[in-house]
Amino acid sequence: MSDIIKLKDDYIDKLNTENNIDKVNKIKAELFGKNGIISNEFKKLVSISVEERKKLASDLNNIKDELQNKISIKIQEIETKEINLKLEKEKIDVTLPERDIEIGKIHPVSQVIDEISSIFSEIGFSVEEGPDVENEYNNFTALNTPDNHPARDMHDTFYLDNNKELLLRTHTSPVQVRTMLKGKPPFKIIAPGRTYRSDSDQTHAPMFHQVEGLHIDKNINMGHLKGCLNYFIKEFFEVDKIKMRFRPSHFPFTEPSAEVDIGYEIKNGKIVIGEGNKWLEILGCGMVHPNVLKNVKVNPSKYQGYAFGIGIDRLGMLKYGINDLRAFFETDYRWLSHFGFDPLDVPSNYRGLSR
Amino acid sequence: MKFTVDWLKNHLDTKFNNNQIIDKLTNIGLEVESFESSASELDTFIVAKIINAKTHPNADRLKLCDVDIGSDKTIEVVCGAPNAKNGLLTVYAPPGSIIPKNQIKLSVSKIRGATSYGMLCSEAELLLSNESDGIIELKNNKYANKIGEKYFKNNSEKVIDLSITPNRPDCLGVRGIARDLSAAGAGKLKINKKSNLKYRGNQNINVTIKKEKIQGCTIFGSCLIKGVINKESPKWLKDKIKSLGQKPISAIVDITNYVMFDLNRPLHAYDADKIDNEIIVRSSSTGESFEALDNKKYILENDMCVISDRSGVLGLGGIIGGTRSGTEYLTKNILLESAYFLPRSIRKTSKQLNIDTDAKFRFERGVDPLSIEEGLIKASELIKQICGGEISNLDVKKIENYKKIIINFDPLLFEKTTGFKVENKELIKILEKLGFNVFKNKKILKLVVPSWRPDITQSIDIVEEIVRIKGYEHINTSEPIKTRLKPTLNYYQKLFHFLQRSVASKGYLETVTWSFTDSKINQLFKENDEEIPIVNPISSDLNVLRNSIFPNLLFYLKKNLDRGFKDISLFEIGPAFKGKNPGDQLTAIGAVRAGKVSRLSWNDKERIVDTFDAKKDVIQSLCEAGINKDEIIIDDKTPSYYHPGKSGGVYQNKNEKKALAYFGEIHPNIIKKLDIKTEGLVIFEICLDNIKVSKQKIKDFKSEYKYSDFQKSERDFAFIINKNLKSQELVNIIKSVNKKLIKSVKVFDVFEGENIPEGKKSIAVNVTIQSEEKTLNENDLDNINKLIISSVESESGAKIRS
Repeated sequence: MSDIIKLKDDYIDKLNTENNIDKVNKIKAELFGKNGIISNEFKKLVSISVEERKKLASDLNNIKDELQNKISIKIQEIETKEINLKLEKEKIDVTLPERDIEIGKIHPVSQVIDEISSIFSEIGFSVEEGPDVENEYNNFTALNTPDNHPARDMHDTFYLDNNKELLLRTHTSPVQVRTMLKGKPPFKIIAPGRTYRSDSDQTHAPMFHQVEGLHIDKNINMGHLKGCLNYFIKEFFEVDKIKMRFRPSHFPFTEPSAEVDIGYEIKNGKIVIGEGNKWLEILGCGMVHPNVLKNVKVNPSKYQGYAFGIGIDRLGMLKYGINDLRAFFETDYRWLSHFGFDPLDVPSNYRGLSR
Repeated sequence: MKFTVDWLKNHLDTKFNNNQIIDKLTNIGLEVESFESSASELDTFIVAKIINAKTHPNADRLKLCDVDIGSDKTIEVVCGAPNAKNGLLTVYAPPGSIIPKNQIKLSVSKIRGATSYGMLCSEAELLLSNESDGIIELKNNKYANKIGEKYFKNNSEKVIDLSITPNRPDCLGVRGIARDLSAAGAGKLKINKKSNLKYRGNQNINVTIKKEKIQGCTIFGSCLIKGVINKESPKWLKDKIKSLGQKPISAIVDITNYVMFDLNRPLHAYDADKIDNEIIVRSSSTGESFEALDNKKYILENDMCVISDRSGVLGLGGIIGGTRSGTEYLTKNILLESAYFLPRSIRKTSKQLNIDTDAKFRFERGVDPLSIEEGLIKASELIKQICGGEISNLDVKKIENYKKIIINFDPLLFEKTTGFKVENKELIKILEKLGFNVFKNKKILKLVVPSWRPDITQSIDIVEEIVRIKGYEHINTSEPIKTRLKPTLNYYQKLFHFLQRSVASKGYLETVTWSFTDSKINQLFKENDEEIPIVNPISSDLNVLRNSIFPNLLFYLKKNLDRGFKDISLFEIGPAFKGKNPGDQLTAIGAVRAGKVSRLSWNDKERIVDTFDAKKDVIQSLCEAGINKDEIIIDDKTPSYYHPGKSGGVYQNKNEKKALAYFGEIHPNIIKKLDIKTEGLVIFEICLDNIKVSKQKIKDFKSEYKYSDFQKSERDFAFIINKNLKSQELVNIIKSVNKKLIKSVKVFDVFEGENIPEGKKSIAVNVTIQSEEKTLNENDLDNINKLIISSVESESGAKIRS
């Protein structure tokens, strides 16, 4: 027995220093293979007395367990080491750049149109559109701006023919005309789109964007106009309070007419909307002129309502701190990347207008 | 419209201070543009500091100075003064300034090769002293904090500048403004003093308003003033004229101008001795001409309203007078004209001849037809007072009498429109102060509109008058009514927004470009569309409406490439015009992609963008927008601006005749013509109008969920086919062998060349076969394989590669 214990101790020592998995497996075979040392010892048990056998078997079992245990621990140890070594070798520099990310952007004008549509959708407006090329009647005459009216001077118009019959719409108001001519009241629409005036400098571009609003029903008065615009401005600028001023003005197609100013101040070189004691003109509006209603076959003694026109580009400039209007249309890759919006940023009521 | 508060107070008794007046004006619809001292020529001279003075490289006696003028950047000025040195505070005059001493206007100039932006001034140049040896040296303690500020104080009285809307000609005169203010409670309108002017003799130059088919003048009032001595205006009058931003000319001219701005009553003074016998107001005939007071010769067309004498045209009535009968310092006898011209006639003539004058501006908006005498009297009084002379009786010729406008106004309309109530008493008071005569007739008010308000013709105009004077702050703010009449967006509007964001999500930057473009570029893309020129373009390179989105996109692509960007993806969604009538337009997406994929990648091989990048982007966007990919048909017919061999059209299904989209490389000739320098360029376009409206909503077209758990098998085939045979046809043949069992067909290799006969190509496809009813055994699969091979061979003439 003592030689077996010695043998065991030798093997334990051997296993302790061994680091090669093949050699450990060889040891395993030497001990527990078909003719392995330990296997043979168990075979010998058959030939000894029952009493001795019991004792010897128990000792032998202990030795077997100890060795087997040692072997499996060793195998695991070596395997772990090998795996670790392998993983170590496989290590890559994860700070290397990822494959190119293709970042597309939505133009600020489109984003602002979506914001505006989302807000007005909340209070029941639907979106209408009209063509960019208009006839003189829809753009002016139907809107109570007859030929030879000085108000036409305020619109530097692009014409497509020498008779001045066809033109690029100078405002989105002709959509009012089209909408009312093709339908029956009540009307509750906004009409965003491109508009054109032959005017070009730092603050004017020959093309810009407007959104027209129109709400015609039986009892719509100036209080509703004020409420609607107040709601819109507050929502659009995402502020709790808005300072707003309605000021009498004149547009041929509305009466009474108003221009709307919002309060602002300059804080740290940035414009802050809704506070301060400076006024900024942002839109024109009024009660639709009875002459316009008559022109589109709506009875002004039964129906009345308001209309407004807002400069989309300008709203975007104010909200997002963009200084130069002309840059909107110059397709400078740097500008588009800088001021553009992520396509997943879809303005909506429940997710919020903007991040 | 400009005026001073003092001038206003000639007509208004008010306790309001300046700020209150300003606020009130804005609140009643007379928008104050500015309230500041009238501009002076000396305003441009500012305090500046020399930061660095170095010797001019080409001239020893000149210095190049970097000058701080209080803005972000310093300005470079060339200066010859010996005392110009670092840190010196002095006076700077920018380009455009007029130097007081010699009245020379500065411009940006090159002095011995160095550019000088303006000038540093000596005391002599500013007429402050005779010191001309060097530039002014300002004291540090007084001016160190004033860099960038005006050097000369502007002591002139502050001027209110109003932006008067075109409906309010009455407020183009100070008295009209005063009247509006008085109605709004800002004071009391002063009553005009009764004139005690003594008239002597008759106006003996005969005036005739000729009966014409088109006669632009209906009233012509005049008087003669004999024995005047024309001179410089007295200071008070000069100051008034200057406050308008105008130059005083002579007492006679200044007085007529003054009355125009005071009462909105344009007048004209003729040198009576230069009039040939009589005044005839008539319509012009083509070819007549005269030299106007702006020193231009105008050649007239038919039917322009002219004031003439026996020798010809003297002037254009209500627009501009002529030099032949103009007053001068030597003028002794004056004929003073106060007339009424029809707005329509004035506007037409001035547009035709492109003349803009203060008188024209007023007449085209409407001058009070009952102010003829008032104007003559006021001006005559001033002329007599300043220049002396005797005034004849007034002579007024008319061909039409003024008709009063009467409105029967129901005060209920006010509340109905504005949403709030004003008591009748207050309402009447406002209207009376505005000059209306009010007669009560039960619940209706009978209103006589004042003659100076051509803008008021119906009841809604009265509502506006009351609410404007009462103040818009009285209008309530009602909660928005949330009722919805129909969905916010229709199918195409949703599609628009969806595709817009879908394309952007593929890495394209959205841009918005002009709807017009350069005809030269447009021509390359217009196909068979008619060119749509703009009659009055903003510039010659934006002279037509775009027939396609690509002209502008490619123009700006080039600009960005020239900026040094190499890999660019841009798109625009917007109109393309097909004709010049309203509605002849399509909504399209145009996208361009230039450069390389995986440029300078450490792990991927870089490659030039190709047709299949564009195809992927366009097909994926369409699928995301709800087009069924399995039904899409591709063909190779594309517009001529595409590369004829490397482009395709996309059809929604096999029945559609109009392409939804095109993709591919752009024609090399166009790249050459536009001089676009890039490694690769592909484009695609989607025509939104060609997408068929789906009446179904998603909830309707989600079909029953079916799937198979039986084993699927994959088989590869390689066919040798004619080079011209499209892979799409091959795939379709295979698919139609057994639509139930063949789940997918994927082309995984295309090869031409070695071992492949001339005019042929090899296509390898992977076919997935799966049954929904059972596991297919070898026999079943063999049968399908054979069927696939035989169908392909018989239908396409292909041969299976062994």
